[in-house]
Amino acid sequence: MTTGEVLISIEQVYRYYGDYCAVNNVSFTVERGEVLGFLGPNGAGKSTTMQIISGVLTASTGSVSIAGNDIIDSPRAAKSQIGFLPEKPPLYIDLTVDEYLAYAGRLRGLRKKDLKNAILNCKYRCGLESVGHRLIGNLSKGFQQRIGIAQAIIHSPAVVILDEPTSGLDPIQIREIRKLIKELGSDHSVILSTHILPEVQTICDRALIIHNGRLVFDKKLNSLHGDEDKTALQLAFREAPDITTIESINGVLSADVIDEYRFSITLDRNSDALDALVKQSVNSCWGLFEMIPESDSLEETFMRLTGGEQATVATEELA
Amino acid sequence: MNTTLIIAAQELRRLFKSPLAWIILAVVEFLLAIFFLLLLNQFMSPTPWLEDRGLTEIVVTGLFQVTGIVLLLVTPFITMRLFSEERRNGTIKLLFSSPVSITELVLGKYIGTVCFLLIMLFLIALMPLSLLMGSQLDMGQLAAGLFGLFLLMSSFAAIGLFISTLTSQTSIAAIITFGILFMLWIINLAATTGSETFKQIFTWLSLLNHYNNLIMGLFNSTDLIYYLIIITVFIALSVWRLDGERLYQ
Repeated sequence: MTTGEVLISIEQVYRYYGDYCAVNNVSFTVERGEVLGFLGPNGAGKSTTMQIISGVLTASTGSVSIAGNDIIDSPRAAKSQIGFLPEKPPLYIDLTVDEYLAYAGRLRGLRKKDLKNAILNCKYRCGLESVGHRLIGNLSKGFQQRIGIAQAIIHSPAVVILDEPTSGLDPIQIREIRKLIKELGSDHSVILSTHILPEVQTICDRALIIHNGRLVFDKKLNSLHGDEDKTALQLAFREAPDITTIESINGVLSADVIDEYRFSITLDRNSDALDALVKQSVNSCWGLFEMIPESDSLEETFMRLTGGEQATVATEELA
Repeated sequence: MNTTLIIAAQELRRLFKSPLAWIILAVVEFLLAIFFLLLLNQFMSPTPWLEDRGLTEIVVTGLFQVTGIVLLLVTPFITMRLFSEERRNGTIKLLFSSPVSITELVLGKYIGTVCFLLIMLFLIALMPLSLLMGSQLDMGQLAAGLFGLFLLMSSFAAIGLFISTLTSQTSIAAIITFGILFMLWIINLAATTGSETFKQIFTWLSLLNHYNNLIMGLFNSTDLIYYLIIITVFIALSVWRLDGERLYQ
């Protein structure tokens, strides 16, 4: 689906609030046609990163470029390619939906003659046709959220950044918005943040996990599930054997050393390799004390990377 | 430039969407109408002290003097929402993520506000102009007075604009703006004490002094420069402040 054209490029971005470092050396790129899911616990730096990409905040150091335009050096060119929905939709509650969208479109540099079509189009895409003449302040949270999305896509930007786009929506609306995001992903780059992990699995091509301001995970989602006939495991032995010994076991496809105790091992699912491995561990007293499936679900990965640190420490202490 | 005008038009439109703008116009007009009638009455039956003064001097100058004070009280309510409200509602993120420079943004907001004040000025000017139906006015003095009023309004708006970039609470923006305007208004009172240099600085700083010259029909380039400096400085401070906010917040 991706064309290889890099639309968002973030290099070594740091952001400090006073002494507190909210974003710590984050770098990544997003290509055209990619839907990127941005995950992390509350206060991890998701919103800050998204605001830096969209130009609302400036990075303390590091660079952000949108479709080849640096956001500091040529902000006008860069920002005209951005549609941003902050956590709280930026709405003027005393305007009607049509007036608001017209203003948002004009701000984003749409010409007067293109404006009408753009408004109609984004209202259609976000299901707002019936509320065009109503005051935004009188509409429900779900509608307001959709108006927020509408203003982000009114000028068909190359990059759409959505901070928790499905919050406050009912299940039917969530499904519609997910469909919309998938659609957007076909010809734009989309970055979205969310707390709902399955949402990332259904709509994103790639997931990033940010924790304490650091990027701790960046993977294509299909690689997360792995091949059907392979199992990836992380094993830890107290008396670790030689890696060649492990590789020589029938059915072990590959083995890598992680540290003194740990190995990352890929097994043929159709063989008895795991059984053989455990048997050999018992017979030779390798002291197997940990076995973690590596091709785990996003949720497990998330828990391990964000909340799981203490758990790992605890295991080590026990060992 | 185009974006500046879009923002200015939006600002003006949104002002009239809220009842605040209408109420402010109504209250100002009402209060000034009362003063206008009182002043007119004074002219019709003059006390000996006023006997040798003309219609323009008594009514127009008097009215503009009062207008200055009324504006001092009212402008903070017009400027308080400029950026405070945007920040509070999060709509400032829409503006910051749009291809609009901070300067355009600030100028747009400022021009929108000044346009609203011009409407107010027009309504105020109708009162003395209505005297033309039955009398003659010193048009030069009237023009200088209106120009002075315009400069005064514009500098009030620039100060209010800057204060509203400092806080997300509209009421705080209003009260601080009022405090600063009032201080600049009466700072020449401080000039009565202290050394000669002190006196000169404070008198020069006072908004009232320069305004008084203009409404008396005394057009002085120093007064014009004084207001232009105030306007430029506070607009520049606003731009600087918003630019810094993105980096340091």
